[in-house]
Amino acid sequence: MSFLEYAPAPESRAILSLRGDYGLFIDGEFVDGRGTPFQTISPASEEKIAMIGNANAADVDDAVAAARRAYDRTWSKMSGRDRGKYLFRIARLVQERSRELAVAESLDNGKPIKESRDVDVPLVAAWFFYYAGWADKLDHAGLGADPRSLGVAAQVIPWNFPLLMLAWKIAPALAAGNTVVLKPAETTPLSALIFAEILQQADLPPGVVNIITGAGDTGAALVSHEGVDKVAFTGSTAVGRAIAKQIAGTDKKVTLELGGKAANIVFDDAPIDQAIEGIVNGIFFNQGHVCCAGSRLLVQENIHDEVVERLKLRLSTLRLGDPLDKNTDIGAINSKEQLERIRELSDVGVAEGAERWSAPCVIPENGFWYAPTIFTNVQTSSRIAREEIFGPVLSVLTFRTPAEAIAKANNTPYGLSAGIWTDKGSRILAVADQLRAGVIWANTFNRFDPSSPFGGYKESGYGREGGRHGLAAYLAPTPIGQAASRQRVAAPATAKPIETADAAPKRSRRSAQRRSASAPKKGTAK
Amino acid sequence: MTRLAVPKTYKLYIGGSFPRSESGRTYEVMSADGRFIANAAKASRKDARDAIVAARGGVTGWAGATAYNRGQVLYRIAEVLEGRRAQFIAEIEEAEGVSRAVAAAQVDEAIDRWVWYAGWADKFAQVAGNANPVAGPYFNISVPEPTGVVAIVAPQDSSLLGFVSAIAPALVAGNSVVVVASERFPLSAISLAEVLATSDVPKGVVNVLTGSPAEIAPWLASHADVNAIDLVGAGELDWISLEIDAADTLKRVLRPESGPDAAAPALGRISAFTETKTVWHTKSLR
Repeated sequence: MSFLEYAPAPESRAILSLRGDYGLFIDGEFVDGRGTPFQTISPASEEKIAMIGNANAADVDDAVAAARRAYDRTWSKMSGRDRGKYLFRIARLVQERSRELAVAESLDNGKPIKESRDVDVPLVAAWFFYYAGWADKLDHAGLGADPRSLGVAAQVIPWNFPLLMLAWKIAPALAAGNTVVLKPAETTPLSALIFAEILQQADLPPGVVNIITGAGDTGAALVSHEGVDKVAFTGSTAVGRAIAKQIAGTDKKVTLELGGKAANIVFDDAPIDQAIEGIVNGIFFNQGHVCCAGSRLLVQENIHDEVVERLKLRLSTLRLGDPLDKNTDIGAINSKEQLERIRELSDVGVAEGAERWSAPCVIPENGFWYAPTIFTNVQTSSRIAREEIFGPVLSVLTFRTPAEAIAKANNTPYGLSAGIWTDKGSRILAVADQLRAGVIWANTFNRFDPSSPFGGYKESGYGREGGRHGLAAYLAPTPIGQAASRQRVAAPATAKPIETADAAPKRSRRSAQRRSASAPKKGTAK
Repeated sequence: MTRLAVPKTYKLYIGGSFPRSESGRTYEVMSADGRFIANAAKASRKDARDAIVAARGGVTGWAGATAYNRGQVLYRIAEVLEGRRAQFIAEIEEAEGVSRAVAAAQVDEAIDRWVWYAGWADKFAQVAGNANPVAGPYFNISVPEPTGVVAIVAPQDSSLLGFVSAIAPALVAGNSVVVVASERFPLSAISLAEVLATSDVPKGVVNVLTGSPAEIAPWLASHADVNAIDLVGAGELDWISLEIDAADTLKRVLRPESGPDAAAPALGRISAFTETKTVWHTKSLR
C-alpha cells in the first residue's frame, strides 16, 4: 500500500430517510406535479435515487398564486423582526440537519462529501444566518428609508451547488420581504426537497417559499409568468440572454449570474506552494463545475515549466472516486450531457494544437467521470481558452509583463472572477483595479462568504448576490414623499405574529418533524 | 441699421471633434412657432459606430482618472455653462417657445445638476461600496466601478435639462457616453458639446449624435462594444425591441421614463452604470 492508497472511508447513507418519490412543494404542502415525473440519479453510480414531480404550466400557475397570496396576506405585512426570526430558525435547522443535507447533496450531485460537508452546507447555514439579521434593518440597506419588497420572486438555479444556490436566492429574497417560487436544476432536485421539509419544520407560513421541480420548460414558464415581479437566475449565459429577452418590456427586475472564463494570473514572485494549491482549488474544486472557476491559468513565462511540472505532480495525488468517500478529492461529473460537453471541448483543444495531459487515475466503471486535465501550449484564440468548459480542465497560457497579463485576462466576453498571485502588494492592487471582473481573489481563490457580494461584469450577468448589495437586488426604494413613518415600520407585526414564547417553536417543530416522517403531505401546524 | 446675424452650423460631437454626419444628411430644426432655425446633422449608423469607437477610446483615461479629478472636470462644466447662460436661455426660448423665465429656470437647474453630480464623484464609492466582514483571515472590500460605454437616448421633450440629467450621472462614475439628443430640440445638446469641449472633458468621453432616435438607437442597442443603454428618452420608440436587442450582449438597461421628473437626480442613476467589484486578499503575519 503506497502512501496514496487509502482504505475506503465512505460517509454513511443511513442518515438519509429518502422517499421513493417527491412532489412539488406548493403552498406549504407536497403535491403531485401534473407533468411527467422524472428520475433523479446518482451521477457516480447511475443508480436511481427517487422519482421527482414535474411541474407543468398549471403547476407554475399554482405556485405563483400561492406565493402571491402569501405575499399579500402574510409575508409583506409581517414585521422584519419576525421575518428574521423565521430565517434564523431555518439557519439553525440547516445546521441541525447538516450531515443529512451533505450526504444528499453528494449523492445527487456527485461532489465529494468533504466539499458538501465543509463548504456547501456550512455556507448555506451562514447565508440564512447573515440575511436573517438584515430583515429588520432594511433602512440601512442603501436604498433610503423604508425600501419596498418587490413581490413574488421567480428563482431558477443550477446543478453545480444545488443547496448553496438555493440559499443565495431564498435568504435575501425572504429577508427583504418577498415570497419565492424556486426551481432547482433537473439533475439535482433532492436537497431542495429536503429543504422544503425544513421549511415545514420551521413553520414558515404556507406559500412563502414554493419549490417546483422540472426541466427547462418549467423554468421558462416560471420566469415568463406574468404574476412574477422579480427574476433571479444562475446558469448559462445562453439561458440568461433568453431570460433577458423574455422579460424585456415588463416591470420585472432581474439579476443574472451567468458563465465565466476566469483568468488566474501567477506572477514569478508568487508564493509558489500556495499558488499551486490555489490553482488546483481554482479549477478542480467541485470538478470544475464552478462558474467562477479559474479555468485560464496565465502564468509568467519564466516560471511556466516549473508551475506546470508541479501542477502535474500535485494532480497525480488527487483521489477521484466515490463522492461519499471522505478521502475523495474529485467526484463525479454531474451528468452524461455535461461529460459529453467536456469531452467534446477537450478534443477540440487537441485538434486546435494544444497539448493535453490528464492525471493518471482509475476511472470507475459506472457513472460519469473525467480525470483532472491540463492543456499547455494553448492559443488565446482556441476554444478551450474562450469557452466555458465547466469541467476539470485547465488551459495554461503565458505572459511576460503585467500589462500583457491584464490584456489577456480581460480578453473575454465574460467578467465574473479572476485570481492574482504575487507577493507584491502594490502590484496586486494595480492589477485588481484593471481587471474587468466582479470578484478578484488575491493569493487565494474560490472563497465565498454571505457578507461578500458576488456577480459579474459584461456577459457574466448583472446584479450581485451576497452582502448588502445582494439584499438590494430584492428591494426598491420607496418614492420620495411616500415613505411611511418610522414609527409604523418599527411597530410589531400587524399580520399573524411568529410564536415567540420560548417553548412554542420547539413544540411545533417537533410536531412538524413527526408529521413529516409519517404524513409528508401536510406540513404546517396552523 | 440692424446687424446681419451670423448663424451657427450645428454638427455632431464625436471624439472631441465636431464632424458633419458622414452621410451628408441634415434635417430642419424649427422653432416652436414654425420658423426655420437651423439644419441639424442627421446621424447615420456609421456615425453611431464612430461614436462608439471614440467612447471606447475615451473610457480608459476617464475611468482611470482620480475621482477628485472627475469631480473637478464636472464642476468645470457647470462653471463654463454658467458663463454661457444667456446663450442657452435664448436657444431654449426659441426652440421650445417658452418664456424667458421658464427657459432660465431650465438652464439654472441644468447648471445646478452638474454641480450636484460633480460633488458625488469622490463620494458615491463610499456610499455604494463597503468592507465586508467575511468569516476568515481575508481583507475584503467591494467598490463600484464604471460599466464602460453607455449609450443614452436623451429625454425628447427637453432641450438641455433632460440631456444633462441623462449624461451627468453616467459620467460621474467614469463611464463614457454616446448620447442621442432630443430629435425636436437638438441644438442645445450641440451647444452643450461646445461647453464640454472647453471644460477639460477628455475627448471621446461624451459623444453627441443628433437625428432620428428611432433610426440610431437600434444600432446602439445591438452594438457589442456598448456595455449599457439608458432608454430614458425612448418611451415613444419601440423600446421593447431595443431592450431585446440589448439582451444579446447582456447590456445593462434602464427603461424609459416620462414627465418632468424623467432622469431626476438620484444616486441610483449613478450606480445603475456601475459594477460592484469585490477584492479578497489573504491576511497573514508571515
